[in-house]
Amino acid sequence: MSAAPSIEAETGDTQLVLRGVGKAFGDVVALRDVDMTINQGDFLSLLGPSGCGKSTALRLIAGLSAPSAGRLEWFGPPMGKTDVGFVFQEPTLMPWATVYDNVWLPLRLQGVSRDAARDRVAAVLEQVNLTGFEEAVPRELSGGMKMRTSIARALVTRPRVLLMDEPFAALDEITRNQLNNDLLALWEKERFTVIFVTHSVFESVYLASRIVVMAANPGRVFDQMAVDAPYPRSESFRTSEGYAHVMRSASTMLRAAMGLDPVEGGHVDH
Amino acid sequence: MSTIEAPAPMQADALAGADAEELARRRQRRFEKIGRWALPLMIMVTAIWLWDRICVWNDIPHFILPRPGVVLETLVADAGLLFSSLWVTLKITFLSLLLAVAGGVGLSVLFTQSKWVEMSFFPFAVILQVTPIVAIFPLINIYVENQTAKLLLCAWIVAFFPILSNTTLGLNSVDRNLLDLFKLNGATRWQTLWHLRLPAAMPYFLGGLKIAGGLALIGAVVAEFVAGSAGQSSGLASRIIEAGYRLNAPRLFAALILISFTGIVIFLALSWLSNRILRRWHESALSQEH
Repeated sequence: MSAAPSIEAETGDTQLVLRGVGKAFGDVVALRDVDMTINQGDFLSLLGPSGCGKSTALRLIAGLSAPSAGRLEWFGPPMGKTDVGFVFQEPTLMPWATVYDNVWLPLRLQGVSRDAARDRVAAVLEQVNLTGFEEAVPRELSGGMKMRTSIARALVTRPRVLLMDEPFAALDEITRNQLNNDLLALWEKERFTVIFVTHSVFESVYLASRIVVMAANPGRVFDQMAVDAPYPRSESFRTSEGYAHVMRSASTMLRAAMGLDPVEGGHVDH
Repeated sequence: MSTIEAPAPMQADALAGADAEELARRRQRRFEKIGRWALPLMIMVTAIWLWDRICVWNDIPHFILPRPGVVLETLVADAGLLFSSLWVTLKITFLSLLLAVAGGVGLSVLFTQSKWVEMSFFPFAVILQVTPIVAIFPLINIYVENQTAKLLLCAWIVAFFPILSNTTLGLNSVDRNLLDLFKLNGATRWQTLWHLRLPAAMPYFLGGLKIAGGLALIGAVVAEFVAGSAGQSSGLASRIIEAGYRLNAPRLFAALILISFTGIVIFLALSWLSNRILRRWHESALSQEH
């Protein structure tokens, strides 16, 4: 790959710009020279093979670790503690606490009492279709329901940015598709910014408005593409010609990022 | 369509009923349920009966090996003396257990709050743990004047370490992602401790508590042996030593039975407590039918 592609804002208001961001752990360079622009209301997908630093990039954006090089610039109102929601690959719930208490947690840490949080928790549980499960504990829930709880917890503070680190990778395909649809519906209604890390091309194309493809050794941004399919997207999008077309481009780009030959009949177009 | 749907409920009925395999499994489960208490009980009754027969067949004098009936008579006859002694031993046991919980949990919290404190003191905790602590009881016997304080200190030292090491392990075994989540939400150190570390350490702490409960009783008894040889103590162990000197074997056995019974009750009580607390969320407390 020649010079790193310049990645410019496409539409809407710029919310976050990464300029020459790098991260090293000792001698291992996890991320090098990442330039990226994220707009308010984007559904951005970070797509790449294992070891391309996509999770590292997400942790840097979350503020969970500091970059070794470059900087992150936030635009708009200053980002507070409750402005970023994070969904991990595992549901990461507190096993001793009920669904209600797990979702209440971020508010609780801000000093909101159990009763004062009641309306907000009820609303967000309804959004993820978990009304009626308030008093269940995690081990009584299915994998999909645990993940819904995790998403509800991330959304309870009305974050402006939702960061998701391969959230559905461990779920079966039927549950994953359902959660994809529910997530899209939520995003279309609330229009928070989503940065969605995944290694699934299918998921990237179905969900994202923009795909940033990353490459490994060292982790870096390889290229990016817009997904020119209108929202709302539904199951019929999965079988449409437009979907197949974007899939081909995204797969080709990912294979190029991994140093492999393009898929047959594929061509990269922006 | 209707032809396809019609047999469905019938089929479901046939499957809902129990087949031969399921019936066999149920029968097996019923036998196991009865056997779980019936078999040990049978062994115990047989053993007591054999004990009695051996005494009779061999004409063993009761100051060497009393018959079970004699032990039971002594337990009833000496009840006042034995139970007041048991009360003394129990007080030491529970007070030392309480102090062990306070000290163990307090110190482990301190360890996890500061790397420096842990680095400085944990090696010494390990040294004390691997030293057979019973060996320093004679020293405590010399240095500590107050009888109760002496016994408490001995029992506490023995009961304290399982709680300290288990709780420290538990406080450090927190899901890294949950720690990140707390960090992301700007949780204070106190909030992370109270809402995350302490609940996560609960199963480990309760495991330590179960061990410590038994050890506190052992500590109290051993401490009395050490101190009681000077004839100053009034707990159950002193009764055993005293009965030994007087060749009063029936009372010795009666005291022994009381101590063993106390140990069983402490273990069952702590197991029950642990199950109560963990039953909804922790693997160790899930019933086996699940």
